[in-house]
Amino acid sequence: MNIAGIISKRSFLPGLLFLILILLSALPLYAPTYTVILLTAILMYIILTVSWAIFSGPTGYTSLASAAFFGVGIYTSAILGKSLPLPVVIGIGGLASFMLALLVGAVTLRLRGIYFAVFTFGLVELIKRLLLWWEMTITRTRGRFVIIVDNNTIYYVMLGIFVVTLLIAYFIRRSKFGLALQSIGEDEEAAAHTGINVTAIKIVTFAISAVFVGAAGAIIATRWTYIDPYIAFNPLLSFMPVLMAILGGMGQFYGPILGAAVFAYLEEILITRFPYYYMLLFGIILVVAVLYLPNGLVGLVQKWRKGGLKRQNANA
Amino acid sequence: MIVTILDVVIAGLLMGGIYALIAVGLGLQYGVARVLNISHGEFIMLGAFATWSLYTKLGINPLVSLAICGPVVFIIGFILHRTLFTRLRTSSGSSTAYEGSSLLASFGLLFIIQNIALIVWGADIRRYTYLAFPVNLGGAIFAANRLVALSFAIVVSLAFYLFLARTRLGKAIRAAAQDPVTAALMGVNINQVLALCFGFGALMAGLAGLLISMCYPINATMGLGYTVIAIIVVVLGGLGSVLGSFIGGFILGLIGSIVTYLDPGLSLAAYYLIFILLLLVRPTGILGK
Repeated sequence: MNIAGIISKRSFLPGLLFLILILLSALPLYAPTYTVILLTAILMYIILTVSWAIFSGPTGYTSLASAAFFGVGIYTSAILGKSLPLPVVIGIGGLASFMLALLVGAVTLRLRGIYFAVFTFGLVELIKRLLLWWEMTITRTRGRFVIIVDNNTIYYVMLGIFVVTLLIAYFIRRSKFGLALQSIGEDEEAAAHTGINVTAIKIVTFAISAVFVGAAGAIIATRWTYIDPYIAFNPLLSFMPVLMAILGGMGQFYGPILGAAVFAYLEEILITRFPYYYMLLFGIILVVAVLYLPNGLVGLVQKWRKGGLKRQNANA
Repeated sequence: MIVTILDVVIAGLLMGGIYALIAVGLGLQYGVARVLNISHGEFIMLGAFATWSLYTKLGINPLVSLAICGPVVFIIGFILHRTLFTRLRTSSGSSTAYEGSSLLASFGLLFIIQNIALIVWGADIRRYTYLAFPVNLGGAIFAANRLVALSFAIVVSLAFYLFLARTRLGKAIRAAAQDPVTAALMGVNINQVLALCFGFGALMAGLAGLLISMCYPINATMGLGYTVIAIIVVVLGGLGSVLGSFIGGFILGLIGSIVTYLDPGLSLAAYYLIFILLLLVRPTGILGK
């Protein structure tokens, strides 16, 4: 039973990932609608979390702007969904988020630490309040209806965004670009002195990470059919990616993916089993996880694998 | 016109007093204990609902429940820090790691406290009337309870300021705020002092909740909004400056009142706009270093 040995073989991992991808893309053929919808939600959380980790993971800047990018995607879908084809709408959703992130990045990335976090959170609330004011006093409407798309299409679009997000995140992490980000996180001064254009790299990465969040927002809006500023710019969606990434573990590439998948699934189970107590249970799980899983789920996996190796060595 | 200006200014000061109290509490928790306590507003909500229950069910005067709610919330905060946050602090490798993990933990607390409150008190909006008779202030008319709330907020903040400035324990707290490691080397019982600060922060939130319940309708999900306001005020005043938070509270109250007078729909947007502009122009706040 040499599990660790098999996993470390180079050809095994790509093969496994390919198998998972095939299983995922064939899902609507064999799984009930409920599973498809559940997986759409899980994929969405993974996209949000991995996008967040692209920028905030290596640099250490905690961004709470996810909900802003997500909301921009949602509103794009609500405004343009009736007049343009779906792929274009999703593209524009991503692009709008990209532009917003570029703008925000250009003004704010000079802020550090907690100030950046609070600023980005303020941004979400500012956009929400301005939209509410706009809808109440200028257009005199509250909320909008979004054109409906069938579940399987939503699922496939989400799967597509998911694959692209993971690929881009992986390549950024493995490239020189990712190394530059890492060195910014370690010591920004030193990074600047080694010739890295710190500001440009930060802004571009921030903007790239926003594209996927905007696109995910644009497609999920079609599931919700009705949206208003409170739904679109829900601050919880700023915090969830942070929680999921940290609980998953930031040290490894698969940490945020694992965290998002596990906690999105957990949330779903808690909602369906304990509709009245699920937020309470979620809070308790959160506190327990912070106390007893300081390195996230990744830490747990590593400990378990180390334990397995030790046992093997003892047997040999 | 003059009466309108007076109206707006006094309304702003009345709101500002409560903002100041909340912000001093959060400033203490973040500035000294290094916990950006997202569940701060939940202690406000607890204070408000405890007062409401005591008044409507047992007929206890809200100003008397001060003596009951205050110590209870303080002890809850103290114990939370001694158990949860102290454990996190000692197990975290760096102060940045601790800031992250304590933020997550306070998030968990937010969900826990809020949902317990929803189970106990339900999701309805509650209110009671207490000292609601009108008082005329040079032409501007306000309910007496707001004036009582303002004076209590000022008295509590001032008392705390004097406590920090004049007592030995206050000195220990200021030392811990500047440099916890050195303070510990100088013989300050650091775990005790940080837990005290967290408890004092919770105490101020609880008192603010009590005062809020006298003047405004309350519900179980009101906490997060106040937390966000407290964060804005703390940054506005400058991190770690009690006086800054105090003044910042009044400034934000005044701004809110002016904008509400111009267009009620924009008051929250104005808070965030000012906050964002402030971060860009002077991120250290008005009294920060």
